[in-house]
Amino acid sequence: MATASSPLQVRGEVISLKRVGEYYQMAIAAPGIAERAKPGQFVALAVGGEPTSMLLRRAFSIYAADERGVFGGTIEIVFARQGIGTKWLSQLPSHSSVDIVGPLGNPFPIPASPLKTLLIGGGYGSAPLFSLAEVLRTRGCRVEMFLGAATGERLFGIVEGRRAASQLTLVTEDGSVGLRGRVTDHLDELMTRTQTELIYACGPMGMLQAISVFAKERSVPAQCLVEEEMACGIGVCMTCVLPIRGDDGVIRMTRTCVAGPSFDGDTILWEEIGSIPSGTLGAEDLG
Amino acid sequence: MSLKVVNRKSPEGNMSVDLRTTLGSLLLPTPVLTASGCAGSGKELSAFFDLSEIGAIVTKSIMQNPRSGRATPRMAETPSGMLNSIGLQGPGVEKFMNEDVPWLAQTGARIIVSIAGNSVEDFARTAARVRRAGDVVSAIEVNISCPNVSNRGLVFACDPISASEVIRAVRRSVGGLFPIFAKLSPDVTDIVSVAKSCVDAGATGLAMINTLLGLVIDTKTMRPKVAGITGGLSGPAIRPVGVRAVWQVHAALPKVPIIGMGGIMSGADAFEYILAGASAVSIGTATFHDPTAALRIQNELSNLLAERGFTALKEAIAYGHRAADEEVGQ
Ligand SMILES: Cc1cc2nc3c(=O)[nH]c(=O)nc-3n(C[C@H](O)[C@H](O)[C@H](O)COP(=O)(O)OP(=O)(O)OC[C@H]3O[C@@H](n4cnc5c(N)ncnc54)[C@H](O)[C@@H]3O)c2cc1C
Ligand SMILES: Cc1cc2nc3c(=O)[nH]c(=O)nc-3n(C[C@H](O)[C@H](O)[C@H](O)COP(=O)(O)O)c2cc1C
Ligand code: FES
Repeated sequence: MATASSPLQVRGEVISLKRVGEYYQMAIAAPGIAERAKPGQFVALAVGGEPTSMLLRRAFSIYAADERGVFGGTIEIVFARQGIGTKWLSQLPSHSSVDIVGPLGNPFPIPASPLKTLLIGGGYGSAPLFSLAEVLRTRGCRVEMFLGAATGERLFGIVEGRRAASQLTLVTEDGSVGLRGRVTDHLDELMTRTQTELIYACGPMGMLQAISVFAKERSVPAQCLVEEEMACGIGVCMTCVLPIRGDDGVIRMTRTCVAGPSFDGDTILWEEIGSIPSGTLGAEDLG
Repeated sequence: MSLKVVNRKSPEGNMSVDLRTTLGSLLLPTPVLTASGCAGSGKELSAFFDLSEIGAIVTKSIMQNPRSGRATPRMAETPSGMLNSIGLQGPGVEKFMNEDVPWLAQTGARIIVSIAGNSVEDFARTAARVRRAGDVVSAIEVNISCPNVSNRGLVFACDPISASEVIRAVRRSVGGLFPIFAKLSPDVTDIVSVAKSCVDAGATGLAMINTLLGLVIDTKTMRPKVAGITGGLSGPAIRPVGVRAVWQVHAALPKVPIIGMGGIMSGADAFEYILAGASAVSIGTATFHDPTAALRIQNELSNLLAERGFTALKEAIAYGHRAADEEVGQ
């Protein structure tokens, strides 16, 4: 039943669309959604106009939500042009109407006591971290931010990161900006220096897996915002599942859209993504 | 009947059209249902509309035991459609009947439970458990598009004999006149013969179509896109196949109620199925595109019926089959 935090479906209006490095940043007037959105939630956009041959909605993390935008409640997303849907979005003129559903999924969990946190973003994966940083700071947490990407063009949010975090570290694989290498190459040093007590991470699945493994070795919890292909985004289709161990120790194929999209990295069976791990609830019965 | 143009298009649907429909002994206030596997057990959709406003919720096919489903990736988008390979993930009938059905019942929605199985006995046992709940469940849809473990994994729905064995066993286990619908696969050479054998075995009516078997290869990885290799194709891409199946089966079995589905995105699409002979329609993939699709389509259908001069849905069922000289106004 609809409640004050339920997702809404609204006809939004594109307020602005700009290129930021290799990404696109889009602001959409989406009354109702902006007011309800919390850090870590996402929206699902219909693509291709009406009628469309692209039936499935595209999921994007909410980068920013402004309840009192000039055009009413506004949300912003940051996206990479991947396939036909994001290509269509990247060409939308201002004032186009877009059908948007959100906010979807659960917000990032916020610690009850002030902790030293490290927010790690890979590529556009940094998008949901800036609003999270704000919330964490108001709760007295120390916020360090660590952004990585293949190239400088694929780092998103350097300016925002400087504003949102007490310290920002950058890393690129080609060394064009910040440190050279991958996020995980520098994680040890960074965690030691900042005495990290809690990690939030969002980015490619391989990066999340590496961070999870690393954090576990140091007994630091890592909250990972995952990205699994979604057909509906609202919990009715069962396409977006990952093998996840529940509090009861049972492994279930768990819907990331409604149970996530962020999970304690330690509960995800990273190695077994793409298979049904033995012992998963209902695995034996697969006729 | 006269062809009068009614200009009362309201977003709420035209109140003057009587949308009631009957499927055997089952009376529904409207002919629009959700399609199995595309609405879960209703809970998530209830955030978007009042589930009791549509005809019924058809729940995700449930099996006797919990089931993990297949590995990921489980889907691929295709032109005007999608391929899915979920593998009937579910909690098992016991948990489903104890948790999901009571929740759905308190919303006031009518409930049609879809069941699946790997063997004839599985179907019978699952049906018996569903029936034990009494009138909370309005009907059972039998998803026979599952591999028959004891027959080299051949899909029940693809063989008239296996299909009728399942339906006979389900009929026996639910008894009497309780409405059961056999859900047919379009992947057969003669859908009419499967339909007939299901009706002879005790099916109240038929639901069609299930997805078509398809395959998508990712040209980057150069491997099949979904982990299950093949998957079920759904969405508007398959609509003409569904409409054809309903048409053929209705022509052969005009008294048997049909739930039509496959690619319904709008009221006009639903109307096509009604004209072909369906007494109700199910909305599947459209819900992924638009969470309120079922309710929207119901309103559009109501308006369209009024525009075409119908005062009741029942007058429109199979209207597409009328003889060439039998025109409106006569
Ligand atoms: C919770 C979540 C948050 C996300 N946040 C962002 C973000 O902030 N910025 C951003 O650029 N991207 C984000 N993504 C990924 C984004 O959804 C995909 O890049 C996008 O759907 C690709 O669409 P396409 O039409 O360009 O690609 P196509 O390959 O044509 O898409 C085909 C189908 O696959 C699905 N799909 C393909 N890749 C993905 C993927 N990686 N994740 C989910 N579905 C996929 C699409 O929804 C579509 O149904 C997020 C995904 C999830 C699940
Ligand atoms: C993701 C998905 C899951 C499905 N699961 C089931 C299922 O569990 N049982 C069933 O009988 N049909 C299932 N179907 C088939 C639909 O009920 C329907 O017959 C088919 O998709 C055609 O309708 P559509 O084009 O409106 O989706 C599923 C379809 C999809 C897309
Ligand atoms: S995307 Fe459909 S259940 Fe998660």
